[in-house]
Amino acid sequence: MSHSNYQPKNSVLAWIERRLPIFGFMHGSFVAYPVPRNLNYWWTFGGILSFMLGVQIITGVVLVMHYTPTSLEAFNSVEKIMRDVNYGWLLRYIHANGASMFFLAVYIHIFRGLYYGSYKEPREVLWILGVIIFILMMATAFMGYVLPWGQMSFWAATVITNLFSAIPVFGKSITQFLWGGYSVDEPTLQRFFALHYLLPFMIAGVVVLHIWALHHVGQGNPAGIDVKSDRDTVPFTPYATVKDNFALICFMILFAWFVFYIPNYLGHPDNYIPANPLQTPPHIVPEWYFLPFYAILRAIPNKLLGVVALFSSIIVLAFLPWLDTSKVRSARFRPLYKQFFWVLVVTCVGLGYLGSQPAEGIYVIVARILTAYYFLHFLVILPVLGYFETPKPLPKSISEPVLGKSGVAVGIGARAPRKN
Amino acid sequence: MSKTVTTEPTRRDFLYIATASVGAVGAAAVAWPIISSMNPDASVLAMSSTEVDLTPIAEGQIITVKWQGKPVFISHRTKKEIQEAENVKLSELPDPQPDSARVKKGKEEWLVVIGICTHLGCVPLGHEGEYGGWFCPCHGSVYDTSGRIRKGPAPLNLALPPYEFTSDKAIKIG
Repeated sequence: MSHSNYQPKNSVLAWIERRLPIFGFMHGSFVAYPVPRNLNYWWTFGGILSFMLGVQIITGVVLVMHYTPTSLEAFNSVEKIMRDVNYGWLLRYIHANGASMFFLAVYIHIFRGLYYGSYKEPREVLWILGVIIFILMMATAFMGYVLPWGQMSFWAATVITNLFSAIPVFGKSITQFLWGGYSVDEPTLQRFFALHYLLPFMIAGVVVLHIWALHHVGQGNPAGIDVKSDRDTVPFTPYATVKDNFALICFMILFAWFVFYIPNYLGHPDNYIPANPLQTPPHIVPEWYFLPFYAILRAIPNKLLGVVALFSSIIVLAFLPWLDTSKVRSARFRPLYKQFFWVLVVTCVGLGYLGSQPAEGIYVIVARILTAYYFLHFLVILPVLGYFETPKPLPKSISEPVLGKSGVAVGIGARAPRKN
Repeated sequence: MSKTVTTEPTRRDFLYIATASVGAVGAAAVAWPIISSMNPDASVLAMSSTEVDLTPIAEGQIITVKWQGKPVFISHRTKKEIQEAENVKLSELPDPQPDSARVKKGKEEWLVVIGICTHLGCVPLGHEGEYGGWFCPCHGSVYDTSGRIRKGPAPLNLALPPYEFTSDKAIKIG
């Protein structure tokens, strides 16, 4: 684990270090830690995601101080946050748009992993931990969306919890158990609130495992080949820290644009109407980040199979390390996979669009084709492709294309400290 | 290293298994009340019946009442609606059920159904859809004047709540 012999100079810190080697650990993990020298900006989203988790937890904790999780008061307390609480509008808009930014970043992060084969040996556990984080994020976002107790909140809760009613035999008892009643009501709101507060900390726990696994096996890189010598790496600080921070600031500009200029662009006006259990809004759609999965659910005319397809579309990601039979990681050297990758991207975006449209006519037909293709990609194309594709020749090392065969640095770059 | 070959479990093995078993039983005993507390509580169970006076409901009108937190549709059906419901061939229905099984005998004008779409729980709109019954705006399920599913993704007919006539013009649901 340790990548340095760091010893604090300050005597107090040195005293602590002898009893708890935390400064050496931090130095080894975030300063001296060797990162591949060829990382591009797609590798900055891990840092952005850690930042977003922090933003959501901090704004969330403060919002809870003003929020009342009862069916009579929830909606009003959110309005109170918007109107009366100092900077309440800012905190709530950051939190609500923060969820969208979190998903934007995680989708880029996941597609980065798909393109560069980040899930392949020896990073399978790292990848699966990521899938677990993604599932926890979806549960957290869904429950958070219920808390304002507007019309969309209420009916999102109703539709999503009813997914479990598709389970044979036990469906009804399971949904009543989830609701704590015979329908979505105050007990549901209160348990969602408790879990919405709990899950981010569980995410943080899995993130620690995710980063631990990452630092144990080392980062992947755009060339998809292993680090072979110190020449292939640069120290985390300053190289990765500066690059991560630059990308983070660019991301924050986008985030701020949403928060300050179009805070309700990604929301639904119906959620500013208090929940009414006796009336369903005419057109209910989930938040944008759930739309592709919603399209898959609706594409299948059978209730149980629709729900199974919805969950399978997420679970299939966890099996990716074994479904992709190619030994070559990076799509740079996989001419066919590269094309299929972009077809998959278009498929997912297309499903997202279809999820936002009413489930009728041509929309359903196209959604069925895209749903079929989505599963075809993972279950048929990826396993078969590994056998038929001729990959391009891989470079001998990460540093070779940059530094030349002599291994002499051309002006820039510093070597990472030798591993100890 | 010396090898100990044991052909049968030792007393220590027994102690390990016994300790682990007691621990597992203890963990289950602790988990039980925690999980059970999430089930519907006594106050929710207590509100399990609703009484409705049918006198103000005009012929052709559908009203919605709340029972166990759920909407219940009470439809005062017209002669035409009753006939339409009765004249459907069972083979045309995704969830075959005669109209007579969905109303009380001699009270065919009163249809009482739970107003929750059997697809994903939205509340269908009354007097809508091509069969003159209900139409669910969420995913397009269509129900007839007997609350039976006719088209769309919902698998089942609108559910019937348990109810009885307490007098000629009043019912008790639940």
